[in-house]
Amino acid sequence: MSTRLATGGRLVDRSSDIRFTFNGKSFRGHEGDTLASALLANDQMLVGRSFKYHRPRGVVASGAEEPNALVNLGRDTTHEPNQRATTTELFNGLQATSQNHWPSLDYDIGALNWLFGRFLTAGFYYKTFIHPRPFWKHIYEPFIRQSAGLGRAPDPETRDPDTYEHFYAFVDVVVIGGGVAGLQAAKAAADSGAKVLVMEQTAHWGGRAPVDGGTIDGMAPGGWVNKTVEALEGMENVALRTRSMGAGVYDHGYVLGYERLTDHAPFLKGPRHRLWRIRARQIVTATGAIERPLSFAGNDIPGVMLASAVRDYLVNYGVIAGQRTVVVTNNDDAYRTAIALKQAGLQVPAVIDARQMGGGALMEEAKSLGIRVETGRAIAKVKGGKRVTGVAICAMAGGGAMLEEIKCDAVAMSGGWSPVVHLWSHCGGKLTWDEDHAFFRPDPERAPTSHDGLPFVTVTGSANGEMDLKSVLEDADKAGKSSRKAAGGKPRRFAPPKGESVEEVPLRPVWLMPENAWDDLRMKAWLDYQNDVKVSDVQLAAREGYESVEHTKRYTTLGMATDQGKLSNINGLATLAASLGEEIPQVGTTTFRPPYTPISMGAIAGEARGEIFQPIRKTPIHAWHEKHGAAWEPVGHWRRPYCYPQQGESKHDAVHREVLATRNSLGLLDASTLGKIIVKGPDAGRFLDMLYTNMMSTLKPGRCRYGLMCTENGFLTDDGVVARIDEDTFLCHTTTGGADRIHAHMEEWLQTEWWDWKVYTANATEQFAQIAVVGPNARKLLEKLGGMDVGKDMLPFMAWADGTLAGFPVRVYRISFSGELSYEIAVPANLGRAFWDKIVEAGQEWNITPYGTEALHVMRAEKGFIMIGDETDGTVIPQDLGLHWAISKKKEDYLGKRAQTRSHMADPNRWQLVGLETVDGSVLPDGAYAVAAGKNANGQRNTQGRVTSTYHSPTLGKGIAMGLVHHGPDRMGEIIPFIKDDGETVVEAKIVSPVFFDPEGEKQNV
Amino acid sequence: MSDPVLPLGGAHYEGLADVRETGPQGMIALRGDLSDAGLQEAVTGLTGVPMPDMRGAQVMGESGLLWMSPDELLVLVPYRQAARARAQLAEALQGQHALVENVSDMRAMFRLRGTQVRDVLAKLAPVDFARDALPVGELRRTRFAQVAAGVWLSDDTTAQVFCFRSVAEYMFNLLRTAADPDAFVGFHTG
Amino acid sequence: MEMLTLECPYCGVQADETELHAGGEAHLTRFGPGSSDADFEAYLFMRENPKGVHFERWRHVNGCGKWFHAARCTMTLEVFGTYPAQTAEPPKKIRDAITAKRPGWTWRELS
Repeated sequence: MSTRLATGGRLVDRSSDIRFTFNGKSFRGHEGDTLASALLANDQMLVGRSFKYHRPRGVVASGAEEPNALVNLGRDTTHEPNQRATTTELFNGLQATSQNHWPSLDYDIGALNWLFGRFLTAGFYYKTFIHPRPFWKHIYEPFIRQSAGLGRAPDPETRDPDTYEHFYAFVDVVVIGGGVAGLQAAKAAADSGAKVLVMEQTAHWGGRAPVDGGTIDGMAPGGWVNKTVEALEGMENVALRTRSMGAGVYDHGYVLGYERLTDHAPFLKGPRHRLWRIRARQIVTATGAIERPLSFAGNDIPGVMLASAVRDYLVNYGVIAGQRTVVVTNNDDAYRTAIALKQAGLQVPAVIDARQMGGGALMEEAKSLGIRVETGRAIAKVKGGKRVTGVAICAMAGGGAMLEEIKCDAVAMSGGWSPVVHLWSHCGGKLTWDEDHAFFRPDPERAPTSHDGLPFVTVTGSANGEMDLKSVLEDADKAGKSSRKAAGGKPRRFAPPKGESVEEVPLRPVWLMPENAWDDLRMKAWLDYQNDVKVSDVQLAAREGYESVEHTKRYTTLGMATDQGKLSNINGLATLAASLGEEIPQVGTTTFRPPYTPISMGAIAGEARGEIFQPIRKTPIHAWHEKHGAAWEPVGHWRRPYCYPQQGESKHDAVHREVLATRNSLGLLDASTLGKIIVKGPDAGRFLDMLYTNMMSTLKPGRCRYGLMCTENGFLTDDGVVARIDEDTFLCHTTTGGADRIHAHMEEWLQTEWWDWKVYTANATEQFAQIAVVGPNARKLLEKLGGMDVGKDMLPFMAWADGTLAGFPVRVYRISFSGELSYEIAVPANLGRAFWDKIVEAGQEWNITPYGTEALHVMRAEKGFIMIGDETDGTVIPQDLGLHWAISKKKEDYLGKRAQTRSHMADPNRWQLVGLETVDGSVLPDGAYAVAAGKNANGQRNTQGRVTSTYHSPTLGKGIAMGLVHHGPDRMGEIIPFIKDDGETVVEAKIVSPVFFDPEGEKQNV
Repeated sequence: MSDPVLPLGGAHYEGLADVRETGPQGMIALRGDLSDAGLQEAVTGLTGVPMPDMRGAQVMGESGLLWMSPDELLVLVPYRQAARARAQLAEALQGQHALVENVSDMRAMFRLRGTQVRDVLAKLAPVDFARDALPVGELRRTRFAQVAAGVWLSDDTTAQVFCFRSVAEYMFNLLRTAADPDAFVGFHTG
Repeated sequence: MEMLTLECPYCGVQADETELHAGGEAHLTRFGPGSSDADFEAYLFMRENPKGVHFERWRHVNGCGKWFHAARCTMTLEVFGTYPAQTAEPPKKIRDAITAKRPGWTWRELS
């Protein structure tokens, strides 16, 4: 059984008592435990079920590479699936549940899949669920959806109660990994003043060194780590962050760091995660190495663990996986585990060493402790179900004929080590195959390069393939100094610390154990625990022609999901290489992509949630609208009142009331969101002639003109009223959504095409609150406010004037988007609300009625005015909309003019704008198509037009619409059929003039 | 006529930094030839501060000059004097190609104070806020989260931030969130 | 995730990609009324798509607001230089910088 020893555990505080639950059962642990170490301490070997076969699974590893011990953490609003127990720090009240089982972890129905295992081979889904076709939708997919997925998604109705944030950090050197290599690299870079940031994914500095032994400058590694961290902490130019993972390396020195601030202590206030968005001149990755499993039958049974993990649990937490541990290895390092176990008073019945000649000094040390060592031997298979009960030993050479069975309750395996090269590879760093160590290591000749074309990532320590203390520290020192130099500084010439460790003899690459394992053994030799991929699956894929490692990955699912093959990759591709009869480097690796391990969606979103999820733009009058019950309409980032429903009033009724009140007496609109761009300079007129389809240079100061703007490809992009302020100055109104876009459009042409023209622009949109006073009583209201002449002689239609109203400095534009007598009044924004209040107060005698965007839309539609975004959709040219009057014939050029002469643009068959009136008075569905006789090449009904705007007109008491219709203007009075959303119901509409109301303009010209 | 109303009425929050909406601040957008001696004389005479270099923020009290781009200054004057100052500048620049516009109402301004100011800013903008990278008196136009903004440090523990008026509330909430007292980072202060 | 930095030649800021707006290919010649269909089509729609040296337009939108040009390698993202937009072709200094790094490069009629 797994348990905690009476003594030992350098990371746990034995005086502490921490309570937690797993699958509802209460357990106790210590401060410093991970969830994995605490579960093992409580003999909870079984932690989950595998993805496909629902096989019982236990903890395999002790760090980020763990494929099995994935749990649901928390509950309700803090529920999170797929959390690795090995990197989850224990805290009081932690609640975890296991995944992939039903009805319970111990008795799982899905485990029956294993009985059919021989049918669930590589590509099973692709092969099986293809025929018969209709089965997919009704039988296969529902079944697969039921049984697929890792963990349980959080309830969509809950909201994450935690907060998150981003942090932008700029440094000379960022060091990823706080083991001895990372610390030494940081020190070497920082000694001469470089600004250094060190990130360590765990809560502890030093990495594996304190567990693995040796000496540094005569000290135990732990002592050296403490001393070095202390020195770094004392340096102003160094920042140290634990619980911070280097998640990804991107272009131009960009690094994402993932700091977990409160996961280990949820009672702490403040952000849960912080995403570090780092820009570094140089990046040093000291991310260590990950031990590889060995592929033998039953290597997934709970109790089979990585040898390094067995050692970690013993040394760091005083926890053991079993009382009797068989060690199986192809290298010297695993002997450290055997020695540590033996020294802790535990039984190590045997070390099974695949090498004929065995190992070096560490083997001798193990032997001297009385440990039996069997060389040239292998594990044929592991015995046991939900936990290990023994191992069958065989010769390494051969198919697996059992020589002996050894009783044990744990197996510590080591297939050698693989450098963690992920970060190096993220941004294009290439790898080279190291024959001696049987691993891929970074090829410094093919480093990722930055904006200057020079390398910006250095890998060091065991991540760089240096596997003993001495070379790790020398390499790290060199990496620190060279990165300092590359970042533009001069490193100091301190000598590196001296590391000493036991010398090791080479490993023997082992990709399958025993060498020629029989079929039934290979079918139980797991490569990828998380995705249930076995040696036999990869071999099958190879036989079926999957030669590319990327294809094999997708076909077999090897190395997918949350662990991205941290344990399985090398073993898998070595198996593939062997099956294809190729060398490993020829097969290559799959692509390493960020993040290194999954990061939370919350961290990615950062502060962007709740009220700051995205900016909401508010006019100076926003608070009034809010107070008066406005129903909002988002327009770009703005919020505009859609209408102001009164008590018990529907939106439709509110719009109806607002339109009639405006038409009959006096309406009021907050038009502050309209763009206002100042265009000034001796060439301003010439410039606007190029921007607008009509002539602006002839406009007289004091007057306004409606204008259309097209893009260079001819399509209508914006419209608005231009006012000429003086000889050199124009003010261009844009649509609400167009202000920033049109200002940018102007600057683009001025800066990049006509840079010798003397024109300056300024986007003054937000300088003014703009209020439209609309209706037959509009002039009376302004006269009541007093201060300037707003009569028809002084301020005729399409004129503007500066002055004061009720003591406010104003600019009044006599323009109309409703067909009514109308003034748009601009006041400085800081006075906007006060001026609005003044108008509301003064307008009471005419029942002044604020109206929203919908009433605005209805009134403009009644007048046949187009709306950008309704009548236009990026494919419509002004000529389609009957706006020929606004297109200058005299101008040689304007943006879009050339495009409008292209054959398709000049085609008389383009649909043209008309008004539409339903025969029965109903409102046409928005976007509805008018059908025509016959079908097109795809068998769809032909069309002859579509609705672009449609409303109920309170003024006329019936439905009105505008639309684009084939030869529309020539078909006045004709009735054509529109089709409702159901695709069948016909609504008949008559083609009419788009100007439904006051065609002579008598109401606005008073 | 009423008194000018700030977008947020002078909102205030105390956390890792003291965040306060300031203003009203008179602002005149000036586009023109910044190398022109007459222009330089006009703006320095009006504000009493020296002509800023590239990205410079020369500010004394309510007057100052912010270098916005190679052909744009933001001229700071007391709010009540903005209309007159605009007229004066326009007069002084008669005969040369320039744009002078009173934009005193279109922005919101915030002052952040405290030792953690640089850390608070670094949560929102992709900018190096270290002392040597953004020294006191240098303007950085950038984005704060999802909106355009400008920022300069007027002394080592005081930052001035401005953005468009319509997003004043968004900006204040950003700054307040970044200045959460429980969200200490300690990167720039060590 | 592309996360470029480009130095704005107008205000000297080493700008983050999120402060910039990409504006497509640089050095297009505008064809207006009177131009042939072929010229106009090429102006509107035909673009280089090189693997290697490329010239692009960028606007320092969250910054000084100026448009500038960047010469960079689409493969390695190496930036050979940035320069103001008020030019019909890349300045000699930029072309020399590219030649030093990518001897034999070509782009449209340039080399």
